[in-house]
Amino acid sequence: MPEDERVIQVSHVVKTYVMGDVEVHALRGVSLSVLKGEFVAIMGASGSGKSTFMNIVGCLDVPTKGEYFLDSVNVGQLSRDRLAGIRNAKIGFVFQGFNLLPRTSALENVELPMFYRSVSSKTRRDKAMEALRIVGLGERHEHMPNQLSGGQQQRVAIARALVNDPSIILADEPTGNLDSRTSVEVMEIFQQLNDRGITVLLVTHEQDIAEYAKRNVVFKDGKVKKDFPVAKRRVAKEQLDLMPVIPDEEEEEQAA
Amino acid sequence: MNIFNIMKVSMRSLNRNKLRSFLTMLGIIIGVGAVIAVMAVGEGAQYNIQQTIASLGTNVLLIFPGSLNQGGVRTGTGSMTTLNADDLAAIQTQCPSVHLAAAVIGTGAQLVYGEQNWGTRVTGSNPEYFEIRSWPFSNGQPFTDADVRSATKVCVLGQTVVDNLFKGSNPVGATIRVKGMPFKVVGVLSPKGQSAQGQDQDDIVVAPYTTVQKKMMGVTFLGIIMASAISESSMDDAQYQITQLLRVRHKIQPWEDNDFTVRSQTEIANTASATTKVLTLLLASIASISLLVGGIGIMNIMLVSVTERTREIGIRMSIGARGKDILFQFLVEAFVLSMAGGLIGVLIGMVSSNLISKLAGWPTLVEPSAVGIAFLFAAAVGIFFGFYPARKAAMLNPIDALRYE
Repeated sequence: MPEDERVIQVSHVVKTYVMGDVEVHALRGVSLSVLKGEFVAIMGASGSGKSTFMNIVGCLDVPTKGEYFLDSVNVGQLSRDRLAGIRNAKIGFVFQGFNLLPRTSALENVELPMFYRSVSSKTRRDKAMEALRIVGLGERHEHMPNQLSGGQQQRVAIARALVNDPSIILADEPTGNLDSRTSVEVMEIFQQLNDRGITVLLVTHEQDIAEYAKRNVVFKDGKVKKDFPVAKRRVAKEQLDLMPVIPDEEEEEQAA
Repeated sequence: MNIFNIMKVSMRSLNRNKLRSFLTMLGIIIGVGAVIAVMAVGEGAQYNIQQTIASLGTNVLLIFPGSLNQGGVRTGTGSMTTLNADDLAAIQTQCPSVHLAAAVIGTGAQLVYGEQNWGTRVTGSNPEYFEIRSWPFSNGQPFTDADVRSATKVCVLGQTVVDNLFKGSNPVGATIRVKGMPFKVVGVLSPKGQSAQGQDQDDIVVAPYTTVQKKMMGVTFLGIIMASAISESSMDDAQYQITQLLRVRHKIQPWEDNDFTVRSQTEIANTASATTKVLTLLLASIASISLLVGGIGIMNIMLVSVTERTREIGIRMSIGARGKDILFQFLVEAFVLSMAGGLIGVLIGMVSSNLISKLAGWPTLVEPSAVGIAFLFAAAVGIFFGFYPARKAAMLNPIDALRYE
């Protein structure tokens, strides 16, 4: 395995929170590597440490012990500002609650990451439009989040995660707030992106969602319990053809 | 993130909360507006006083009869009759620092012309009076020294008198009756408006002092002597020379007090000016308290805004905003609020000072320096009170901020 192929290399990471007098051991020595172009689903019950792991991988938090290399850069112990820079350049976040800015158009939401780096306003617009087109929302760029359905909002969030060409997209329960069909639609987008060579790391507790990934990692009690390739990988496109089409009233309203 | 982008982000979020942004600005608007309006009224009063001094001449000395310090029963300045025409002539000829000198003696009189009549004060003087007070003529000309020597019944009218007696016809050459005696009108003074004390300076009739003394009052003394120094810098010299001259002329022994008082017009006006200044400063400082209150209002709203937008801050941080990006965003918001409030306040201050001068008839003057100071103060208030909430926002932990409900 050539060194440069590893997007994420976490070795012996420990994270301990101190809450009052109690020490909470969120991670008790986790080692994991993710290669370029992989699609990894991280599973586990709540309290298993998967969220803490995602926060560290997402450079929102730093490990208490251990090392974390992102694109061969040791990001384990960087300052807040350096971490912010790395989040901006290398990581695209997709959250369960979408986390779009309210009363801000889809386009402006997607443009947001480029506000924090030097990009001309024209490039910013062009790249944001391109990202929206990839997720299939090119025509809706002027819509506000409250004018979009949940699935569409999540697609805007994915476009925002894409726009800075990150090394990795981190998705934290991206289908948690969506109905089953919309969930599959969102998974289809992730699969498409992955086919384009983008590395995706997905946290979920739903077994069927995890099966859209290529590899599953199961966390338990702050440790990696299982790590295996998905044997019968689901293809979102095929699943969608099997599912009954329920007319989405909200979307029809938007179209009208 | 460059400053242009920060401005853009800040403007967007202010735009999203238009009513709130406006209400936040209101404190600053009222503060700046009040400071400017108060300063304008104060400066207007100052300017008025300065104008009065200028219209009187900055180099004018007034010589009052009667000392301020005399034994026995004292009747007050101006009640004595110690000045006369010879004193005037002596001051004119023997004081090198005195440029011009004029007598002033006044009496009330009823004027009649045709069917109209008007009660006013008749001032007796000599032609130098108009020059000392730098008072031009709008029509006709002053009476002459010959008129003074022969106590001719001629007079010069102020605009108010003309308006009330003549109702549009040309007064020059007409004959009016003053206390029943016929006086020929030789000139009309151009209007001067109100004095600093609010008197109508144009309600005046000026006749040769000899005429007023002999034909109207039957006296030989003078009320006041008005003298102008050759320049502003020679005021003290002129004052000294006049004092010495009059002491000699009035045969005052070295141990005795003067039976006259020499005061400069500037001194009198400066006192009024200083009073106005103190009042203006007092009012302006009260008004600037509302600026401070406005600043606290900004801080309050910014704190609410930071709490309310904790999630937004979390989102921004997760996609790569650094602490200082967030700090600047909120700081710029506070700054824009206070600057916009300052600008609107300046406009409102200008409009209201205009209204004050129109409705209340007070003179107002909006000084550019007052506008600048109020504006800068508003901006400073914005930065000062915006800093704490902005810092609070910048210090947030992105994970906690993202989870904030």
